[in-house]
Amino acid sequence: MDFSWVVPLLIIIGKSLLLLVAVLIYVAYIILADRKIWAAVQLRRGPNVVGPWGLLQSFADMFKFVFKEPVIPAGANKGVFLIAPFVTAILALSAWAVVPVADGWAVADLNVGILFIFAISSLGVYGVIMGGWASNSKYPFLSALRSAAQMVSYEVSIGFVLITVLLCAGSLNLSEIVRAQDSRFGALGWYWLPLFPMFIIFFISALAETNRPPFDLVEAESELVAGFMVEYSSTPYLLFMLGEYVAIVSMCALTTVLFLGGWLSPIPFAPFTWVPGVIWFVLKASLVFFMFAMVKAFVPRYRYDQLMRLGWKVFLPISLFMVVLVAAVLQFTGWGGRV
Amino acid sequence: MTVAAIFFYLFSIVMIASAFMVIAARNPVHSVLFLILAFVNASALFVLVGAEFLAMILVVVYVGAVAVLFLFVVMMLDVDFAELKQGFLQYLPLGALIGIVVAVELILVVGGWSVAPGAKATNAPAITALSNTEALGLVLYTRHVYFFQAAGFVLLTAMIGAIVLTLRHKPDVKRQDISEQNARTREEAVEVKKVPSRAGV
Repeated sequence: MDFSWVVPLLIIIGKSLLLLVAVLIYVAYIILADRKIWAAVQLRRGPNVVGPWGLLQSFADMFKFVFKEPVIPAGANKGVFLIAPFVTAILALSAWAVVPVADGWAVADLNVGILFIFAISSLGVYGVIMGGWASNSKYPFLSALRSAAQMVSYEVSIGFVLITVLLCAGSLNLSEIVRAQDSRFGALGWYWLPLFPMFIIFFISALAETNRPPFDLVEAESELVAGFMVEYSSTPYLLFMLGEYVAIVSMCALTTVLFLGGWLSPIPFAPFTWVPGVIWFVLKASLVFFMFAMVKAFVPRYRYDQLMRLGWKVFLPISLFMVVLVAAVLQFTGWGGRV
Repeated sequence: MTVAAIFFYLFSIVMIASAFMVIAARNPVHSVLFLILAFVNASALFVLVGAEFLAMILVVVYVGAVAVLFLFVVMMLDVDFAELKQGFLQYLPLGALIGIVVAVELILVVGGWSVAPGAKATNAPAITALSNTEALGLVLYTRHVYFFQAAGFVLLTAMIGAIVLTLRHKPDVKRQDISEQNARTREEAVEVKKVPSRAGV
């Protein structure tokens, strides 16, 4: 028997656990930041009781959910009802396997990394649909139908945005996409500037894809109580919330990789390039999340027909046109990727 | 190779079992969920043989889009499951016959397969130098561009056909006209009136 695979396997498991713990702690503080920013915009204090400045609030919430009794409705389809939150949480976490948080720091440096993330995020809708259907209740079911339509619609424009980026970078590998943005112009050479309209479209589509306000029609409390989560309590509810926020954070990370130069320093000379890449990465992802949080605080919720119109009649034509334009520019000027 | 073999058998067994459950499950929503599980395992098998691009496209297209809409429809349909299951077994001989014919054909095709001598060197780009996404792109848009475009036109026709079949203009349904809503100004939408005391409007 050949046991040479044991050591690489242990290394991969170790890396995955390290990344998992880091992501979960980051998400705990992202949730706190979300509540604090929202509170600050509304001139409130936000959570400030558990720990200094409320820093341990997320952990207190976690313990509260875990120690509560899970309630499963009598009419629910038990198996699917319990699988749905796991699907949401596990899929959201597995997207992190390919994200390069610094040069060479990815658990799996896939050749098709960007397609992997796209595939995983397109699977995210199953948690919502399964939870909504299995609850056997009207509000969750309506919410599941809405989310299916919404997430499929915005995936189309996200797909086209990804195509423009990978046309410019000439690779589907996330690390290669970051390296392609490395230039002597620093922050001005990253793709957010040359592809500016796509950056905006991607940001808004990411909001819709992760069901963040103003596109949170899936759990619009004024219409649907709490959407697909109405019947959930305790740990399954915690898993839904966790999956949702992990998906949001991975969208922030993806925005960072595609448009904000990943681990690269914004100012490309000495004292700044000494800072480890992972710090730049976390700072940029946090900046993107800050924009997510501000949008939640500022913008009123869309009406459902406006949401569909924005996806199909505004973003889809613009992004399709931009794919053609970017491809033509790259072809005739000879800029961009390898082949 | 032991790890690859273990994963191959794991994915294959789960895939065959879930494919069986697609037809055996009592609830049609469960059937669709098992179908999705079978798709995901098929894409894992693609990854194992090194076709990572096909694997991801399988997940994005079939699981991420087609199966979502399929699940959507099955959930919305109000089907009487018991009635649907009646007479299920009377089609068994016919189904078994078709299954056997397909299996025999597959065995004949795979058993009689041989690569023509000298064929592999001329057609395919060098496998070691390129990732399989690049290799696919290079042949798809050069050698096979007409077939590729033809497939695109077939899909476009199907899409236009679906729109034509479902598009109906009902005259007395209230619709939202966004440009009209955005064109409204404060002057035409709000009217300020001086209301004299004790007189009303």
